[in-house]
Amino acid sequence: MSDNKDKIVVDHMDLFYGDFQALKDINLRMPEHEITAFIGPSGCGKSTLLKSLNRMNDLVEGCKITGKIEIDGQDIYDKKVDVNQLRKQVGMVFQQPNPFDMSIYDNVAYGPRIHGIKNRSALDEIVERSLRGAGLWDEVKDRLKRNAVGVSGGQQQRICIARALAVEPDILLMDEPTSALDPISTSAIEDLAMELKENYTIVIVTHNMQQAVRISDRTAFFYLGEMVEYAPTDELFATPKNPKTEEYITGRFG
Amino acid sequence: MTNKAASRQRKEKACKTLVMLCGLLIIALVIVIALFLVVNGSGTFIQYHHSVFEFLFSSDWDPSDTPGVGGGKVGALIYIVGTIYTCALALLIAVPFSLAAAIFLSEISPKFGARFLQPAIEIFVGIPSVVYGWVGMTVLVPFIAKKFHAPMGGYSVLAAGIVLAIMIMPTITTLSADALRSLPPRCKMGALGMGATRWQAIYTVQVPMAKSGVITGVILGLSRALGETLAVAMVIGKTRAFPKGILYPTNNLTAAIAADMGNTANGSEYNLALWSMALLLLILSLICIALIHLTLKKKKEY
Ligand SMILES: Nc1ncnc2c1ncn2[C@@H]1O[C@H](COP(=O)(O)OP(=O)(O)OP(=O)(O)O)[C@@H](O)[C@H]1O
Ligand SMILES: [Mg+2]
Repeated sequence: MSDNKDKIVVDHMDLFYGDFQALKDINLRMPEHEITAFIGPSGCGKSTLLKSLNRMNDLVEGCKITGKIEIDGQDIYDKKVDVNQLRKQVGMVFQQPNPFDMSIYDNVAYGPRIHGIKNRSALDEIVERSLRGAGLWDEVKDRLKRNAVGVSGGQQQRICIARALAVEPDILLMDEPTSALDPISTSAIEDLAMELKENYTIVIVTHNMQQAVRISDRTAFFYLGEMVEYAPTDELFATPKNPKTEEYITGRFG
Repeated sequence: MTNKAASRQRKEKACKTLVMLCGLLIIALVIVIALFLVVNGSGTFIQYHHSVFEFLFSSDWDPSDTPGVGGGKVGALIYIVGTIYTCALALLIAVPFSLAAAIFLSEISPKFGARFLQPAIEIFVGIPSVVYGWVGMTVLVPFIAKKFHAPMGGYSVLAAGIVLAIMIMPTITTLSADALRSLPPRCKMGALGMGATRWQAIYTVQVPMAKSGVITGVILGLSRALGETLAVAMVIGKTRAFPKGILYPTNNLTAAIAADMGNTANGSEYNLALWSMALLLLILSLICIALIHLTLKKKKEY
Protein backbone atom coordinates (compact mmCIF):
# COMPACT_ATOMS: atom_id res chain seq x y z
CA MET A 1 0.00 0.00 0.00
CA SER A 2 1.08 3.56 -0.52
CA ASP A 3 2.81 5.64 2.09
CA ASN A 4 0.62 8.66 1.56
CA LYS A 5 0.28 10.71 4.70
CA ASP A 6 -2.92 10.50 6.68
CA LYS A 7 -5.45 13.06 5.57
CA ILE A 8 -8.28 12.17 7.94
CA VAL A 9 -7.79 10.67 11.38
CA VAL A 10 -10.73 9.49 13.46
CA ASP A 11 -9.68 8.86 17.01
CA HIS A 12 -11.79 7.14 19.67
CA MET A 13 -14.92 8.70 18.32
CA ASP A 14 -18.37 8.03 19.74
CA LEU A 15 -21.53 9.53 18.35
CA PHE A 16 -24.93 9.76 19.99
CA TYR A 17 -28.32 10.68 18.59
CA GLY A 18 -29.93 11.63 21.89
CA ASP A 19 -29.59 8.49 24.00
CA PHE A 20 -28.89 6.22 21.06
CA GLN A 21 -25.24 5.51 20.39
CA ALA A 22 -24.86 5.28 16.63
CA LEU A 23 -21.07 4.99 16.51
CA LYS A 24 -18.86 3.27 19.05
CA ASP A 25 -15.16 3.95 19.52
CA ILE A 26 -14.26 4.48 15.88
CA ASN A 27 -10.54 4.60 15.03
CA LEU A 28 -9.63 5.16 11.42
CA ARG A 29 -6.83 6.75 9.38
CA MET A 30 -7.54 7.65 5.78
CA PRO A 31 -4.54 8.48 3.61
CA GLU A 32 -4.35 11.29 1.11
CA HIS A 33 -5.15 10.59 -2.57
CA GLU A 34 -6.83 7.32 -1.87
CA ILE A 35 -10.38 6.10 -2.03
CA THR A 36 -11.70 4.70 1.21
CA ALA A 37 -14.93 2.73 1.06
CA PHE A 38 -17.37 2.27 3.94
CA ILE A 39 -19.43 -0.89 3.71
CA GLY A 40 -21.84 -2.61 6.07
CA PRO A 41 -25.49 -3.46 6.50
CA SER A 42 -28.18 -0.80 6.58
CA GLY A 43 -28.27 1.25 9.75
CA CYS A 44 -24.73 0.42 10.87
CA GLY A 45 -23.66 4.05 10.86
CA LYS A 46 -21.83 4.56 7.56
CA SER A 47 -23.66 7.75 6.62
CA THR A 48 -23.42 8.97 10.17
CA LEU A 49 -19.65 8.68 10.15
CA LEU A 50 -19.42 10.26 6.71
CA LYS A 51 -21.53 13.21 7.81
CA SER A 52 -19.36 13.78 10.85
CA LEU A 53 -16.39 14.36 8.56
CA ASN A 54 -17.81 17.68 7.37
CA ARG A 55 -19.96 18.30 10.40
CA MET A 56 -23.29 17.92 8.63
CA ASN A 57 -24.31 16.20 11.86
CA ASP A 58 -24.30 19.60 13.52
CA LEU A 59 -27.68 20.09 11.85
CA VAL A 60 -29.20 17.12 13.65
CA GLU A 61 -30.71 18.14 16.93
CA GLY A 62 -29.44 16.09 19.85
CA CYS A 63 -26.39 14.76 18.04
CA LYS A 64 -23.33 14.60 20.26
CA ILE A 65 -19.79 13.56 19.45
CA THR A 66 -16.93 12.61 21.73
CA GLY A 67 -13.41 11.72 20.72
CA LYS A 68 -11.58 13.43 17.91
CA ILE A 69 -11.65 13.83 14.15
CA GLU A 70 -8.63 15.48 12.57
CA ILE A 71 -8.17 16.68 9.03
CA ASP A 72 -4.63 17.69 8.15
CA GLY A 73 -3.85 17.42 11.85
CA GLN A 74 -6.52 19.96 12.81
CA ASP A 75 -9.34 18.92 15.12
CA ILE A 76 -12.44 19.78 13.09
CA TYR A 77 -14.70 19.92 16.14
CA ASP A 78 -12.49 22.54 17.75
CA LYS A 79 -14.34 25.74 18.66
CA LYS A 80 -12.08 27.82 16.46
CA VAL A 81 -13.02 25.94 13.30
CA ASP A 82 -15.24 27.80 10.83
CA VAL A 83 -17.81 25.19 9.80
CA ASN A 84 -18.49 26.87 6.47
CA GLN A 85 -14.81 26.83 5.59
CA LEU A 86 -14.61 23.20 6.68
CA ARG A 87 -17.49 22.23 4.42
CA LYS A 88 -15.83 24.08 1.59
CA GLN A 89 -12.72 21.99 2.14
CA VAL A 90 -14.69 18.76 2.59
CA GLY A 91 -17.22 18.48 -0.23
CA MET A 92 -20.18 16.16 -0.21
CA VAL A 93 -22.14 14.28 -2.87
CA PHE A 94 -25.46 12.84 -1.78
CA GLN A 95 -27.30 9.64 -2.55
CA GLN A 96 -30.13 11.37 -4.40
CA PRO A 97 -28.84 13.82 -6.99
CA ASN A 98 -29.80 17.21 -5.63
CA PRO A 99 -29.16 19.87 -8.23
CA PHE A 100 -30.67 23.26 -7.44
CA ASP A 101 -33.55 24.57 -9.50
CA MET A 102 -31.33 26.77 -11.65
CA SER A 103 -29.22 26.48 -14.75
CA ILE A 104 -26.33 24.03 -15.00
CA TYR A 105 -23.98 27.00 -15.01
CA ASP A 106 -25.50 28.54 -11.91
CA ASN A 107 -25.40 25.20 -10.10
CA VAL A 108 -21.70 24.83 -10.65
CA ALA A 109 -21.01 28.50 -9.97
CA TYR A 110 -23.09 28.36 -6.79
CA GLY A 111 -20.28 27.46 -4.41
CA PRO A 112 -17.72 29.94 -5.73
CA ARG A 113 -20.39 32.66 -5.65
CA ILE A 114 -21.37 32.11 -2.04
CA HIS A 115 -17.71 32.13 -1.17
CA GLY A 116 -17.35 35.54 -2.74
CA ILE A 117 -16.22 35.09 -6.35
CA LYS A 118 -18.14 37.50 -8.59
CA ASN A 119 -15.89 38.02 -11.57
CA ARG A 120 -17.62 36.63 -14.62
CA SER A 121 -14.57 35.32 -16.44
CA ALA A 122 -13.21 33.72 -13.27
CA LEU A 123 -16.57 31.99 -12.83
CA ASP A 124 -16.62 30.88 -16.48
CA GLU A 125 -13.23 29.32 -15.96
CA ILE A 126 -14.23 27.54 -12.75
CA VAL A 127 -17.42 26.21 -14.32
CA GLU A 128 -15.55 24.82 -17.30
CA ARG A 129 -12.80 23.31 -15.16
CA SER A 130 -15.26 21.71 -12.75
CA LEU A 131 -17.48 20.31 -15.50
CA ARG A 132 -14.40 18.91 -17.23
CA GLY A 133 -13.33 17.46 -13.90
CA ALA A 134 -16.68 15.75 -13.61
CA GLY A 135 -16.40 14.44 -17.16
CA LEU A 136 -19.43 16.37 -18.27
CA TRP A 137 -18.12 19.33 -20.20
CA ASP A 138 -18.50 17.92 -23.69
CA GLU A 139 -22.03 16.77 -22.97
CA VAL A 140 -23.33 20.05 -21.62
CA LYS A 141 -21.12 22.83 -22.91
CA ASP A 142 -23.77 23.91 -25.41
CA ARG A 143 -26.58 24.00 -22.89
CA LEU A 144 -25.13 25.52 -19.77
CA LYS A 145 -28.23 27.71 -19.51
CA ARG A 146 -30.56 24.74 -19.26
CA ASN A 147 -32.15 23.95 -15.95
CA ALA A 148 -30.18 21.27 -14.13
CA VAL A 149 -33.32 19.64 -12.76
CA GLY A 150 -34.33 18.64 -16.27
CA VAL A 151 -31.32 16.50 -17.29
CA SER A 152 -30.88 12.75 -16.75
CA GLY A 153 -30.20 11.32 -13.29
CA GLY A 154 -26.63 10.38 -14.13
CA GLN A 155 -25.95 13.85 -15.50
CA GLN A 156 -27.58 15.42 -12.45
CA GLN A 157 -25.25 13.47 -10.20
CA ARG A 158 -22.23 14.54 -12.21
CA ILE A 159 -23.45 18.14 -12.06
CA CYS A 160 -23.52 17.70 -8.29
CA ILE A 161 -19.98 16.38 -8.37
CA ALA A 162 -18.91 19.31 -10.54
CA ARG A 163 -20.66 21.63 -8.12
CA ALA A 164 -18.72 20.09 -5.25
CA LEU A 165 -15.44 20.35 -7.17
CA ALA A 166 -16.04 24.02 -7.97
CA VAL A 167 -15.16 25.17 -4.46
CA GLU A 168 -11.86 23.31 -4.71
CA PRO A 169 -12.24 20.94 -1.81
CA ASP A 170 -9.48 18.51 -0.99
CA ILE A 171 -11.76 15.81 0.34
CA LEU A 172 -14.84 14.46 -1.39
CA LEU A 173 -17.43 12.54 0.61
CA MET A 174 -19.85 10.44 -1.42
CA ASP A 175 -22.82 8.74 0.19
CA GLU A 176 -23.98 5.96 -2.13
CA PRO A 177 -23.56 8.29 -5.12
CA THR A 178 -24.61 5.69 -7.67
CA SER A 179 -27.44 3.90 -5.93
CA ALA A 180 -30.05 5.94 -7.80
CA LEU A 181 -28.35 5.53 -11.17
CA ASP A 182 -28.32 3.10 -14.09
CA PRO A 183 -25.25 0.90 -14.82
CA ILE A 184 -23.80 3.19 -17.48
CA SER A 185 -24.00 6.32 -15.32
CA THR A 186 -22.65 4.27 -12.44
CA SER A 187 -19.57 3.24 -14.31
CA ALA A 188 -19.04 6.81 -15.49
CA ILE A 189 -19.04 7.96 -11.89
CA GLU A 190 -16.74 5.15 -10.82
CA ASP A 191 -14.24 6.06 -13.52
CA LEU A 192 -14.55 9.64 -12.46
CA ALA A 193 -13.83 8.79 -8.82
CA MET A 194 -10.68 6.96 -9.81
CA GLU A 195 -9.48 9.94 -11.84
CA LEU A 196 -10.32 12.36 -9.08
CA LYS A 197 -8.25 10.61 -6.46
CA GLU A 198 -5.12 11.98 -8.13
CA ASN A 199 -6.08 15.33 -6.69
CA TYR A 200 -8.56 14.59 -3.96
CA THR A 201 -9.02 12.27 -1.03
CA ILE A 202 -12.26 10.37 -1.44
CA VAL A 203 -14.48 8.60 1.04
CA ILE A 204 -17.36 6.65 -0.43
CA VAL A 205 -20.23 4.79 1.18
CA THR A 206 -21.51 1.89 -0.88
CA HIS A 207 -23.82 -1.08 -0.63
CA ASN A 208 -22.29 -2.51 -3.76
CA MET A 209 -19.40 -4.80 -2.88
CA GLN A 210 -18.16 -4.96 -6.48
CA GLN A 211 -18.03 -1.21 -6.50
CA ALA A 212 -15.85 -1.15 -3.40
CA VAL A 213 -13.54 -3.73 -4.99
CA ARG A 214 -13.39 -1.87 -8.27
CA ILE A 215 -12.55 1.57 -7.05
CA SER A 216 -11.40 1.72 -3.44
CA ASP A 217 -7.92 1.40 -2.01
CA ARG A 218 -9.11 0.68 1.49
CA THR A 219 -12.32 -0.62 2.89
CA ALA A 220 -13.84 -0.29 6.33
CA PHE A 221 -16.56 -2.70 7.38
CA PHE A 222 -19.09 -1.48 9.92
CA TYR A 223 -21.57 -3.44 11.93
CA LEU A 224 -24.04 -2.06 14.50
CA GLY A 225 -22.13 1.16 15.03
CA GLU A 226 -18.72 -0.45 15.36
CA MET A 227 -15.93 -0.60 12.88
CA VAL A 228 -15.27 -4.30 12.65
CA GLU A 229 -12.43 -4.35 10.18
CA TYR A 230 -10.38 -1.90 8.16
CA ALA A 231 -7.79 -3.00 5.63
CA PRO A 232 -6.55 -2.49 2.09
CA THR A 233 -9.46 -3.45 -0.11
CA ASP A 234 -7.90 -6.47 -1.83
CA GLU A 235 -6.84 -7.85 1.53
CA LEU A 236 -10.18 -7.32 3.19
CA PHE A 237 -12.05 -9.05 0.41
CA ALA A 238 -9.50 -11.87 -0.11
CA THR A 239 -8.72 -12.68 3.48
CA PRO A 240 -11.19 -11.09 5.89
CA LYS A 241 -9.93 -11.49 9.42
CA ASN A 242 -13.25 -11.16 11.19
CA PRO A 243 -15.95 -13.80 10.67
CA LYS A 244 -18.60 -11.03 10.54
CA THR A 245 -16.79 -9.38 7.66
CA GLU A 246 -16.59 -12.65 5.84
CA GLU A 247 -20.27 -13.33 6.34
CA TYR A 248 -21.12 -9.91 4.99
CA ILE A 249 -18.90 -9.87 1.92
CA THR A 250 -19.90 -13.36 0.93
CA GLY A 251 -23.45 -12.16 1.02
CA ARG A 252 -24.72 -14.28 3.85
CA PHE A 253 -26.37 -11.34 5.57
CA GLY A 254 -27.01 -7.68 5.06
CA MET B 1 -75.89 -10.83 5.04
CA THR B 2 -77.05 -9.90 1.57
CA ASN B 3 -79.70 -7.71 3.12
CA LYS B 4 -77.08 -5.83 5.07
CA ALA B 5 -74.87 -5.45 2.05
CA ALA B 6 -77.76 -4.16 0.01
CA SER B 7 -78.69 -1.61 2.65
CA ARG B 8 -75.08 -0.49 2.88
CA GLN B 9 -74.99 -0.06 -0.86
CA ARG B 10 -78.16 1.97 -0.75
CA LYS B 11 -76.67 4.23 1.90
CA GLU B 12 -73.52 4.59 -0.13
CA LYS B 13 -75.51 5.61 -3.15
CA ALA B 14 -77.60 8.10 -1.18
CA CYS B 15 -74.46 9.72 0.23
CA LYS B 16 -72.89 9.94 -3.20
CA THR B 17 -76.00 11.56 -4.64
CA LEU B 18 -76.16 14.06 -1.80
CA VAL B 19 -72.52 15.05 -2.20
CA MET B 20 -72.94 15.39 -5.92
CA LEU B 21 -76.05 17.54 -5.51
CA CYS B 22 -74.16 19.83 -3.15
CA GLY B 23 -71.35 20.12 -5.66
CA LEU B 24 -73.75 20.90 -8.47
CA LEU B 25 -75.53 23.46 -6.34
CA ILE B 26 -72.28 25.31 -5.72
CA ILE B 27 -71.40 25.28 -9.39
CA ALA B 28 -74.89 26.48 -10.27
CA LEU B 29 -74.66 29.28 -7.72
CA VAL B 30 -71.33 30.48 -9.08
CA ILE B 31 -72.69 30.46 -12.61
CA VAL B 32 -75.86 32.31 -11.59
CA ILE B 33 -73.93 34.99 -9.73
CA ALA B 34 -71.54 35.44 -12.63
CA LEU B 35 -74.42 35.64 -15.09
CA PHE B 36 -76.22 38.14 -12.90
CA LEU B 37 -73.13 40.34 -12.80
CA VAL B 38 -72.60 40.05 -16.54
CA VAL B 39 -76.23 40.88 -17.37
CA ASN B 40 -76.43 43.87 -15.04
CA GLY B 41 -72.84 45.01 -15.49
CA SER B 42 -73.09 45.12 -19.27
CA GLY B 43 -76.13 47.43 -19.06
CA THR B 44 -73.88 50.47 -18.88
CA PHE B 45 -72.48 49.64 -22.29
CA ILE B 46 -75.55 48.13 -23.98
CA GLN B 47 -78.50 49.99 -22.51
CA TYR B 48 -76.84 53.36 -21.91
CA HIS B 49 -74.35 53.17 -24.81
CA HIS B 50 -71.21 54.10 -22.91
CA SER B 51 -67.91 52.81 -24.23
CA VAL B 52 -65.78 50.43 -22.20
CA PHE B 53 -62.96 52.86 -22.83
CA GLU B 54 -64.86 55.67 -21.10
CA PHE B 55 -65.64 53.45 -18.14
CA LEU B 56 -62.04 52.30 -17.69
CA PHE B 57 -60.05 55.39 -18.59
CA SER B 58 -62.14 58.47 -17.82
CA SER B 59 -62.47 60.04 -14.43
CA ASP B 60 -65.66 61.97 -15.16
CA TRP B 61 -68.24 60.46 -12.88
CA ASP B 62 -71.74 61.87 -13.02
CA PRO B 63 -74.23 59.14 -13.83
CA SER B 64 -77.92 59.91 -13.91
CA ASP B 65 -80.10 58.27 -11.31
CA THR B 66 -83.39 58.30 -13.19
CA PRO B 67 -84.23 54.92 -14.68
CA GLY B 68 -84.29 55.00 -18.44
CA VAL B 69 -82.61 58.39 -18.65
CA GLY B 70 -78.98 58.21 -19.68
CA GLY B 71 -76.53 60.87 -20.77
CA GLY B 72 -74.47 61.02 -17.60
CA LYS B 73 -70.81 60.25 -17.20
CA VAL B 74 -69.54 56.89 -15.99
CA GLY B 75 -65.73 57.21 -15.89
CA ALA B 76 -64.64 54.96 -13.02
CA LEU B 77 -60.93 55.62 -13.31
CA ILE B 78 -60.61 57.17 -9.86
CA TYR B 79 -62.08 54.11 -8.23
CA ILE B 80 -59.96 51.80 -10.34
CA VAL B 81 -56.79 53.71 -9.51
CA GLY B 82 -57.79 53.72 -5.84
CA THR B 83 -58.14 49.94 -5.90
CA ILE B 84 -54.86 49.40 -7.71
CA TYR B 85 -53.00 51.88 -5.54
CA THR B 86 -54.17 50.46 -2.21
CA CYS B 87 -53.66 46.85 -3.28
CA ALA B 88 -50.19 47.50 -4.65
CA LEU B 89 -49.22 49.26 -1.45
CA ALA B 90 -50.66 46.40 0.59
CA LEU B 91 -48.58 43.86 -1.34
CA LEU B 92 -45.48 46.00 -1.03
CA ILE B 93 -45.88 46.00 2.73
CA ALA B 94 -47.20 42.47 3.22
CA VAL B 95 -44.88 40.42 1.01
CA PRO B 96 -41.59 41.11 2.82
CA PHE B 97 -43.14 40.68 6.25
CA SER B 98 -44.95 37.51 5.22
CA LEU B 99 -41.83 36.00 3.69
CA ALA B 100 -39.87 36.75 6.83
CA ALA B 101 -42.57 35.19 8.97
CA ALA B 102 -42.71 32.14 6.69
CA ILE B 103 -38.95 31.66 6.92
CA PHE B 104 -39.16 32.02 10.67
CA LEU B 105 -41.95 29.44 10.84
CA SER B 106 -40.36 26.88 8.58
CA GLU B 107 -36.65 27.34 9.13
CA ILE B 108 -35.60 29.43 12.08
CA SER B 109 -37.80 28.26 14.87
CA PRO B 110 -40.38 25.68 13.83
CA LYS B 111 -41.20 24.81 17.43
CA PHE B 112 -41.78 28.32 18.71
CA GLY B 113 -43.49 29.10 15.42
CA ALA B 114 -45.89 26.19 15.72
CA ARG B 115 -46.68 27.04 19.34
CA PHE B 116 -47.19 30.79 19.09
CA LEU B 117 -46.90 32.28 15.62
CA GLN B 118 -49.13 29.76 13.84
CA PRO B 119 -52.06 30.16 16.27
CA ALA B 120 -51.64 33.93 16.15
CA ILE B 121 -51.87 33.81 12.36
CA GLU B 122 -54.97 31.67 12.52
CA ILE B 123 -56.62 34.15 14.87
CA PHE B 124 -55.76 36.95 12.44
CA VAL B 125 -57.66 35.11 9.72
CA GLY B 126 -60.73 34.83 11.91
CA ILE B 127 -61.00 38.49 12.86
CA PRO B 128 -63.93 40.14 11.05
CA SER B 129 -62.95 42.94 8.72
CA VAL B 130 -65.01 45.52 10.61
CA VAL B 131 -62.58 45.05 13.50
CA TYR B 132 -59.62 45.72 11.25
CA GLY B 133 -61.37 48.81 9.95
CA TRP B 134 -62.23 49.97 13.42
CA VAL B 135 -58.70 49.52 14.74
CA GLY B 136 -57.44 51.25 11.61
CA MET B 137 -59.79 54.15 12.24
CA THR B 138 -59.07 54.61 15.93
CA VAL B 139 -55.34 53.81 16.03
CA LEU B 140 -53.77 53.96 12.59
CA VAL B 141 -55.56 56.98 11.11
CA PRO B 142 -54.81 59.32 14.05
CA PHE B 143 -51.25 58.03 14.11
CA ILE B 144 -50.76 58.85 10.44
CA ALA B 145 -52.33 62.26 10.96
CA LYS B 146 -49.98 63.06 13.82
CA LYS B 147 -46.83 61.51 12.47
CA PHE B 148 -47.00 62.68 8.87
CA HIS B 149 -49.36 65.69 9.19
CA ALA B 150 -51.61 64.08 6.60
CA PRO B 151 -54.55 66.06 5.23
CA MET B 152 -58.02 64.68 5.96
CA GLY B 153 -56.93 63.63 9.44
CA GLY B 154 -54.99 60.61 8.31
CA TYR B 155 -57.69 58.93 6.20
CA SER B 156 -55.50 57.91 3.31
CA VAL B 157 -54.19 55.41 0.80
CA LEU B 158 -51.48 54.62 3.34
CA ALA B 159 -54.00 53.72 6.03
CA ALA B 160 -55.91 51.50 3.59
CA GLY B 161 -52.70 49.89 2.37
CA ILE B 162 -51.56 49.05 5.88
CA VAL B 163 -54.93 47.66 6.94
CA LEU B 164 -55.09 45.53 3.80
CA ALA B 165 -51.51 44.38 4.29
CA ILE B 166 -52.29 43.13 7.78
CA MET B 167 -55.37 41.35 6.49
CA ILE B 168 -53.54 39.49 3.71
CA MET B 169 -50.35 38.68 5.59
CA PRO B 170 -51.70 35.44 7.12
CA THR B 171 -52.57 34.05 3.68
CA ILE B 172 -49.19 34.82 2.16
CA THR B 173 -47.34 33.62 5.25
CA THR B 174 -49.20 30.33 5.51
CA LEU B 175 -48.81 29.42 1.85
CA SER B 176 -45.15 30.43 1.73
CA ALA B 177 -44.34 28.50 4.90
CA ASP B 178 -46.10 25.42 3.54
CA ALA B 179 -44.12 25.68 0.32
CA LEU B 180 -40.84 26.03 2.19
CA ARG B 181 -41.65 23.13 4.48
CA SER B 182 -42.52 20.81 1.63
CA LEU B 183 -39.13 21.14 -0.06
CA PRO B 184 -37.10 17.97 0.33
CA PRO B 185 -34.23 18.56 2.78
CA ARG B 186 -31.62 17.40 0.31
CA CYS B 187 -31.64 20.71 -1.57
CA LYS B 188 -30.89 22.65 1.57
CA MET B 189 -28.30 20.04 2.54
CA GLY B 190 -26.65 20.47 -0.85
CA ALA B 191 -26.18 24.17 -0.19
CA LEU B 192 -25.05 23.77 3.40
CA GLY B 193 -22.72 20.95 2.38
CA MET B 194 -20.87 23.38 0.19
CA GLY B 195 -20.28 25.79 2.99
CA ALA B 196 -23.29 28.04 2.51
CA THR B 197 -24.51 29.69 5.70
CA ARG B 198 -28.07 29.09 6.82
CA TRP B 199 -29.14 32.45 5.38
CA GLN B 200 -27.41 31.85 2.09
CA ALA B 201 -29.13 28.48 1.79
CA ILE B 202 -32.48 30.11 2.55
CA TYR B 203 -32.33 32.98 0.13
CA THR B 204 -30.34 31.45 -2.69
CA VAL B 205 -31.86 27.97 -2.77
CA GLN B 206 -34.90 27.43 -0.60
CA VAL B 207 -36.96 30.56 -1.28
CA PRO B 208 -36.38 30.39 -5.06
CA MET B 209 -37.38 26.73 -5.04
CA ALA B 210 -40.54 27.52 -3.09
CA LYS B 211 -41.49 30.37 -5.38
CA SER B 212 -44.60 28.83 -6.90
CA GLY B 213 -46.10 28.48 -3.41
CA VAL B 214 -45.08 32.01 -2.52
CA ILE B 215 -46.59 33.37 -5.73
CA THR B 216 -49.82 31.48 -5.12
CA GLY B 217 -49.98 33.04 -1.65
CA VAL B 218 -49.34 36.51 -3.03
CA ILE B 219 -52.08 36.16 -5.67
CA LEU B 220 -54.57 34.78 -3.16
CA GLY B 221 -53.70 37.68 -0.88
CA LEU B 222 -54.13 40.08 -3.76
CA SER B 223 -57.57 38.75 -4.60
CA ARG B 224 -58.58 39.14 -0.98
CA ALA B 225 -57.29 42.71 -1.02
CA LEU B 226 -59.16 43.45 -4.25
CA GLY B 227 -62.44 42.35 -2.76
CA GLU B 228 -62.08 43.76 0.74
CA THR B 229 -64.68 46.42 1.31
CA LEU B 230 -65.58 47.41 4.83
CA ALA B 231 -62.13 47.79 6.37
CA VAL B 232 -60.95 49.85 3.40
CA ALA B 233 -64.09 51.95 3.33
CA MET B 234 -63.53 52.88 6.95
CA VAL B 235 -60.03 54.30 6.47
CA ILE B 236 -59.67 55.38 2.85
CA GLY B 237 -61.42 58.70 3.27
CA LYS B 238 -63.98 58.07 0.51
CA THR B 239 -63.01 61.11 -1.51
CA ARG B 240 -63.63 61.05 -5.25
CA ALA B 241 -60.30 62.42 -6.36
CA PHE B 242 -57.01 61.00 -7.51
CA PRO B 243 -54.74 60.78 -4.47
CA LYS B 244 -51.78 63.16 -4.74
CA GLY B 245 -49.69 60.78 -2.68
CA ILE B 246 -50.03 57.98 -0.20
CA LEU B 247 -51.05 60.39 2.56
CA TYR B 248 -54.10 61.58 0.60
CA PRO B 249 -57.59 60.13 0.70
CA THR B 250 -59.29 58.63 -2.33
CA ASN B 251 -61.93 55.99 -2.99
CA ASN B 252 -61.92 52.53 -4.49
CA LEU B 253 -64.27 50.19 -6.34
CA THR B 254 -65.57 48.19 -3.40
CA ALA B 255 -66.12 51.12 -1.06
CA ALA B 256 -67.92 53.10 -3.78
CA ILE B 257 -70.19 50.18 -4.61
CA ALA B 258 -71.02 49.56 -0.97
CA ALA B 259 -71.70 53.20 -0.24
CA ASP B 260 -73.81 54.02 -3.29
CA MET B 261 -75.61 50.84 -4.25
CA GLY B 262 -78.44 51.31 -1.78
CA ASN B 263 -79.05 54.89 -2.85
CA THR B 264 -79.52 54.34 -6.55
CA ALA B 265 -82.72 53.58 -8.41
CA ASN B 266 -82.91 50.09 -9.85
CA GLY B 267 -81.89 50.02 -13.50
CA SER B 268 -80.72 53.62 -13.61
CA GLU B 269 -77.48 54.58 -15.28
CA TYR B 270 -75.91 55.12 -11.85
CA ASN B 271 -77.09 51.74 -10.64
CA LEU B 272 -75.80 49.92 -13.70
CA ALA B 273 -72.44 51.71 -13.57
CA LEU B 274 -71.99 50.30 -10.08
CA TRP B 275 -72.84 46.86 -11.44
CA SER B 276 -70.18 47.35 -14.08
CA MET B 277 -67.68 48.08 -11.32
CA ALA B 278 -68.69 44.86 -9.59
CA LEU B 279 -68.27 42.99 -12.86
CA LEU B 280 -64.80 44.49 -13.19
CA LEU B 281 -63.93 43.16 -9.74
CA LEU B 282 -65.17 39.73 -10.73
CA ILE B 283 -63.01 39.81 -13.84
CA LEU B 284 -59.98 40.88 -11.80
CA SER B 285 -60.43 38.04 -9.37
CA LEU B 286 -60.93 35.56 -12.21
CA ILE B 287 -57.62 36.76 -13.62
CA CYS B 288 -56.04 36.11 -10.21
CA ILE B 289 -57.43 32.59 -10.15
CA ALA B 290 -56.19 31.93 -13.66
CA LEU B 291 -52.74 33.14 -12.64
CA ILE B 292 -52.74 30.78 -9.67
CA HIS B 293 -53.59 27.85 -11.90
CA LEU B 294 -50.83 28.84 -14.29
CA THR B 295 -48.22 28.97 -11.51
CA LEU B 296 -49.37 25.68 -10.07
CA LYS B 297 -49.21 24.05 -13.46
CA LYS B 298 -45.65 25.24 -13.90
CA LYS B 299 -44.69 23.94 -10.47
CA LYS B 300 -41.91 21.39 -10.63
CA GLU B 301 -41.49 18.29 -8.55
CA TYR B 302 -38.13 17.95 -6.87
N1 LIG C 1 -31.05 12.05 12.65
C1 LIG C 1 -31.06 10.90 13.34
N2 LIG C 1 -31.65 10.84 14.55
C2 LIG C 1 -31.67 9.68 15.25
N3 LIG C 1 -31.14 8.54 14.82
C3 LIG C 1 -30.54 8.53 13.63
C4 LIG C 1 -30.47 9.71 12.81
N4 LIG C 1 -29.83 9.41 11.67
C5 LIG C 1 -29.50 8.10 11.77
N5 LIG C 1 -29.92 7.57 12.93
C6 LIG C 1 -29.72 6.19 13.38
O1 LIG C 1 -28.33 5.92 13.45
C7 LIG C 1 -28.04 4.65 12.91
C8 LIG C 1 -27.07 4.76 11.77
O2 LIG C 1 -27.70 5.41 10.69
P1 LIG C 1 -26.97 5.69 9.32
O3 LIG C 1 -27.88 6.50 8.48
O4 LIG C 1 -25.63 6.25 9.58
O5 LIG C 1 -26.84 4.22 8.72
P2 LIG C 1 -26.25 3.76 7.35
O6 LIG C 1 -25.18 2.78 7.66
O7 LIG C 1 -25.87 4.91 6.51
O8 LIG C 1 -27.47 2.99 6.72
P3 LIG C 1 -27.92 2.91 5.19
O9 LIG C 1 -27.02 1.92 4.56
O10 LIG C 1 -29.33 2.42 5.26
O11 LIG C 1 -27.81 4.27 4.60
C9 LIG C 1 -29.36 4.02 12.51
O12 LIG C 1 -29.77 3.16 13.55
C10 LIG C 1 -30.28 5.19 12.39
O13 LIG C 1 -31.60 4.83 12.74
MG1 LIG D 1 -26.66 5.75 4.69
